[in-house]
Amino acid sequence: MYLLRLALASLNNRRFTALLTVLAIALSVCLLLAVERVRTEARSSFASTISGTDLIVGARSGSVNLLLYSVFRIGNATNNIRWSSYEWLLDNPKVKWAIPISLGDSHRGYRVMGTDAGYFQHYRYGRGQTLQLAQGKPFEDMFDVVLGAEVASALNYKPGQELVLAHGVSEVSLTKHDDKPFRVSGILQRTGTPVDRTLHIPLSGMEAMHADWQNGVPAQGAGRISAEQARELELQPKAITAVLLGLSSKIATFAVQRQINEYAGEPLQAILPGVALQELWSLMGTAEKALFVVSLFVVLTGLIGMLTAILTSLNERRREMAILRSVGARPWHIASLLILEAFSLALAGVLLGLLLLYLGIAVSQGYVQANYGLYLPLNLPGSYEWSLLGAILAAALLMGSVPAWRAYRQSLSDGLSIRL
Amino acid sequence: MPSALIDLSNLGFSWPGQPELLDIPHFRLQPGESLFLKGPSGSGKTTLLGLLGGVQQPDRGTVRLLGTDLSTLTPGGRDHFRVDHTGYIFQQFNLLPFLPVLENVLLPCRFSATRAQRATRRHGGIEQAATQLLGHLGIGSQLLARRADALSIGQQQRVAAARALIGQPELVIADEPTSALDSDTRETFIQLLFAECRAAGSSLLFVSHDQSLAPLFDRCISLDELNRASSAAEL
Repeated sequence: MYLLRLALASLNNRRFTALLTVLAIALSVCLLLAVERVRTEARSSFASTISGTDLIVGARSGSVNLLLYSVFRIGNATNNIRWSSYEWLLDNPKVKWAIPISLGDSHRGYRVMGTDAGYFQHYRYGRGQTLQLAQGKPFEDMFDVVLGAEVASALNYKPGQELVLAHGVSEVSLTKHDDKPFRVSGILQRTGTPVDRTLHIPLSGMEAMHADWQNGVPAQGAGRISAEQARELELQPKAITAVLLGLSSKIATFAVQRQINEYAGEPLQAILPGVALQELWSLMGTAEKALFVVSLFVVLTGLIGMLTAILTSLNERRREMAILRSVGARPWHIASLLILEAFSLALAGVLLGLLLLYLGIAVSQGYVQANYGLYLPLNLPGSYEWSLLGAILAAALLMGSVPAWRAYRQSLSDGLSIRL
Repeated sequence: MPSALIDLSNLGFSWPGQPELLDIPHFRLQPGESLFLKGPSGSGKTTLLGLLGGVQQPDRGTVRLLGTDLSTLTPGGRDHFRVDHTGYIFQQFNLLPFLPVLENVLLPCRFSATRAQRATRRHGGIEQAATQLLGHLGIGSQLLARRADALSIGQQQRVAAARALIGQPELVIADEPTSALDSDTRETFIQLLFAECRAAGSSLLFVSHDQSLAPLFDRCISLDELNRASSAAEL
């Protein structure tokens, strides 16, 4: 105990360097834990981008591809599925609900998705959260549009405003559906999922926009159908892009999946969102691991900084060691002093790092949740985090043994002679 | 005849790869005696003190302290033996600058149970012992909580003396303790040191090149007379 007091008093004498060392360790520890927390949270939030949906059905392609366009609004479908296939799915007694999805248009870079009212009722994300409207109400009219939170805030739209959708999904589109403007009926609350970046319109609206199109181009002159005329038409879609399925029993999932995959009407594919999400995450996992490794190296840098600071101080402290030797300290006392010093620095760094982490989380929690949909929990370190911290302290002890060994040798050779 | 405090016989020492530095056939220091050991720098003084402290080991011969042959002890045992029976005062910068004055004086008691016990027996407690010693040496109680490096050099040397004397070690070794002091404070310091050594019953081995102090001591001896190796080298 007396040695610890001595070590702390000696450190206090060099408090500026000591403080910088502690700060370097604290920042690196804070970074490591923050990366770890964000990583864990991103993984679980990614895994819960979509929940409550048992199967996603689309044209036969790859499961990751289907997931990308149906959930993440990235890329395009290789093919559509027929409306009759959707009806066939609805007829299946094991299917509780089926949400049709139709993609292909956009508005200033944001994707437009045609769907029906069931979407707002059945779609789930996160831990089973439903979609909530922040303003207005779901679409009722065929030319109503419900905006995701990010679309509304980025483009500054309010309910009641009119907007024109563009054909195709590129940011700058040459063909606009300007003859059939849509009116904002509602804005969804932020979810932190791709829903925020989506404009939702009814399937009938989607059909109406393309009612006078032929072979991928709008009709000219007399062939055009105005918005008012479109209202009179029978707008049954002939094809949709994908279907989200909810089943009455989870146990039936694989049976229904097999039924769909073997459907004779057209080549369909049904995927389990959880499995596909994991497949996708494993693709991105490398980046996440790289981030973790980088932060480990930052911690190592912090510890090496400590080692440097202690080693540089050794020469100036030869006198201190000789005085201690003359009053009866043995070489192992001197070595313990240096190990205690390293350990105290690392411990202070770890504690300060934890403090910084919690302070950071407390300050940024709301912002991160609102903007990135990541909920950073303010809870105590988990067992994995404890073991990381333990490993840092163990590494500090190991590093402290380097100057300890040098001081041990030094105090043996210097003995009582005071070298300045 | 009572056993001598220091008893060197037939001592020889050389640093690796160098000619023999010390060759002392015979040297004794009696309990309670104060001895002025004169030696210019480079004459092997520091090495001799290292041998007396058990930090270095002689190539031949024996170093006996209080009748104990230091070579029979383990390195740890020698460290223990040193702090139990010897107090050191160095040339300057004797104190740990970051500790308060009082803590500096208490250092030997932290590492030696013997010194702590003796201090307690005589003064009723180690802190009382330190305070009293410091008082005798002219360091008032208002300075006790100050950082050691806030004191003047003269005050620091008196604190160092108090540290060497706490717990009444049988031997006090002073290695040029006055070289950083001016001539007025030098003599005061030595008188105080004498008085306290007498009070504690400690022998004083005072090493210096400053001949002017020699008359104050019981005995004066030159390392050159003692050491055949260096006289041989000079011839």
